[in-house]
Amino acid sequence: MEAGMVTPAPALVRFSGIQKSYDGEHLVVKNLDLDIRKGEFVTLLGPSGSGKTTTLMMLAGFEVPTHGEIYLADRPIKNMPPHKRDIGMVFQNYALFPHLTIAENIAFPLSVRKMSRAEAQERVKSALRMIKMEALAHRRPGQLSGGQQQRVALARALVFNPQLVLMDEPLGALDKRLREQMQLEIKQLHERMGITVVYVTHDQSEALTMSDRIAVFNDGVVQQIDRPDALYEHPVNSFVAHFIGENNVLAGTVEAVDKDFCRVVLAGGGTVTARAVNIAGAGASTSLSVRPERIVIVPDGSSSDGPNRLPAKVQNAIYLGDHALAVLDVAGNGEFMVKLQPGAHDSLRHGESVFVTFRPEDCLALDPV
Amino acid sequence: MTAASLTGANASTEVPLKRRLRRAERTRQVKALALVAPLLVFLLFTFAGPIAGMLWRSVDDREVRQVLPQTVAALAAWDGKDLPDETAFAALASDIQAARASGTVAIAAKRLNYALNGFRTILTSTARNLKAVPEPGTAKETLGRINAAWRERATWTTIKDAGGPITGFYLLAALDLTRNVDGAIVAASPDQAIYRSLFARTFIISFSVTALCLILGFPVAYLLATLPPGRSNLLMIFVLLPFWTSLLVRTCAWIVLLQSKGVVNDSLHWLGIIDEPLRLIYNRFGVCVAMTHVLLPFMILPLYSSMKAISPAYMRAAASLGAPPVTAFLRIYLPQTLPGIGAGSLLVFILALGYYITPALVGGAADQMISYFIALYTTETANWGLASALGAVLLLATLLLALVYGKLVQGQQVTGGMKN
Repeated sequence: MEAGMVTPAPALVRFSGIQKSYDGEHLVVKNLDLDIRKGEFVTLLGPSGSGKTTTLMMLAGFEVPTHGEIYLADRPIKNMPPHKRDIGMVFQNYALFPHLTIAENIAFPLSVRKMSRAEAQERVKSALRMIKMEALAHRRPGQLSGGQQQRVALARALVFNPQLVLMDEPLGALDKRLREQMQLEIKQLHERMGITVVYVTHDQSEALTMSDRIAVFNDGVVQQIDRPDALYEHPVNSFVAHFIGENNVLAGTVEAVDKDFCRVVLAGGGTVTARAVNIAGAGASTSLSVRPERIVIVPDGSSSDGPNRLPAKVQNAIYLGDHALAVLDVAGNGEFMVKLQPGAHDSLRHGESVFVTFRPEDCLALDPV
Repeated sequence: MTAASLTGANASTEVPLKRRLRRAERTRQVKALALVAPLLVFLLFTFAGPIAGMLWRSVDDREVRQVLPQTVAALAAWDGKDLPDETAFAALASDIQAARASGTVAIAAKRLNYALNGFRTILTSTARNLKAVPEPGTAKETLGRINAAWRERATWTTIKDAGGPITGFYLLAALDLTRNVDGAIVAASPDQAIYRSLFARTFIISFSVTALCLILGFPVAYLLATLPPGRSNLLMIFVLLPFWTSLLVRTCAWIVLLQSKGVVNDSLHWLGIIDEPLRLIYNRFGVCVAMTHVLLPFMILPLYSSMKAISPAYMRAAASLGAPPVTAFLRIYLPQTLPGIGAGSLLVFILALGYYITPALVGGAADQMISYFIALYTTETANWGLASALGAVLLLATLLLALVYGKLVQGQQVTGGMKN
């Protein structure tokens, strides 16, 4: 470690000005700069075609950047073949070798490294113990369930202690319950072994569950890199606000800006005060973002006179077990959702006129969509 | 729920259920059978029947029995140690007389001549010179006077051996074996012992062609399996192109290309690489080239289908786990293509074993394969017994190979191709 560096966790991976184009016309990844620190769990999150998988493949060495350089532990690796990078990878469909047993699959990275047989066997055994599959060591991948195959793929990617582990939508093929269980297992493994993980998914709840930091990709550009709670609470633009969690959008025009807050005249009528996050200034159009759980429904004629108080018409009230959802028509948005306590939806009648209120700090003025 | 409790509780309803199930199953089976019946009948008549006929002909030996019935009966009790007694000679004389009257001497003569060269002359000269049935008690002397061969023990053992109705003679001959005068199995005389080397040659050519097909076909199949669909379809058309032209045309095309004044020799001469035309055809080289070309698609297609099933993710996974490309290929890709290699090799090898037209047209005398001789004995010399015996040996060898392959594939599935 260089003496001059004082940061406690230096970047293990550094993307520097990375661009990637497949056809010479369109950039799939546009000018990516991203640092991943040692021991971090970073998720690349985005819709399909956003460039997240391409970024992962460039890191793994299966795609070559069109421009820019990738550093792994301060060494440029753009032209290093994948097998020399010492990066473990878990693939979308596991990619377990079908002609080898579970034990042979896990032993593969050790045997290509010419590790002594005794040590390799010991490592394989402890890896099998880690995934609780000692009894299935001599089965073939085809004889295992999806969840078991996923565990084996994980063990195989970890058994040679790589400096970095990549996971490409590893839980995509599993059902919901198993997926949630595996998310926790992967998270625990990460914490216990202190490994650095780069994880790709399009599932935002998966990203929120596991990550230390999430890089939200859209259209080849990283929109925001932040901790999960920061992404949810402080999205920098409409895309991130919309992609992470539920979100109500109201279109309007900025009337006046006062430090961190601004007055916005809604296109559907009414004026609200919002936090000025990403607006061009007075007169610019904006999209307001309000989370459903930050909104309160007040009955018609209530005397409270908060700053943000908009008339609404009840469209629908849905019971969802642990909570209820009211669908309202607010300022021209017919799918304005409000999260309620279960039971609170009983009193709402279709077509009933009510008011919704929310605090100015819970209403974000973002770039227009 | 256990079977016992089920039987106990529902004993009254179970029997009708079983019967109904059986009835339903039977209807389905009958329908299925009816659907495949035309094919079954077709196969029975065109495949199973002829093969059974061929196997039967390789042991069938009734010509001598039909022409010389009394002799065969008289020799049945003969121990073969000395010359047979007067009864046998009398029976032979009587048989020959009868055979001459019905014009069947040549049939027996042909069969006996296979076993003992010159027997045709013995029998026909005897038939010609035997004016009448000899007086009782003089048959031995009369026949011995007409042809001294009748005083030889070997002449008589030959007739006894050929007495049928079944014989191992042809099968032994196909393996370069024969029975000596004492009935023991011994090696055939060197001028007749050609079949073992013929089988060996057939297997060597087939093996060379299989190896060439594998070496040439593997990269092509790999390209087919990995190229983008548009280009791989085009390549596939080139692979299948040979199937759309006749075998004879393709073989003749090789003659045009490879002959001493052919395209290849002319080009090499024009380029100044050679002065004298190379001998590229009517030898082993020409046979291997032409057969490899003809059989290549049979190797490429099974290889292609096994490679198509291998996800590119496996090679990526191997690379990410630290395997250099060659290691990844040898340990991950190649083992997964083994079923395709096995199927393609077996197919090409078995097809090559039976090849006839191509070696006949582009091979020299030393490159003719077993099927050439089978055809020769069938159509030219009408020695159907030997032709069938050669066919039976070839069939047996092929079946053994298929069996070994089946065992290998099964073993692969149970224990796995690679062991730590």
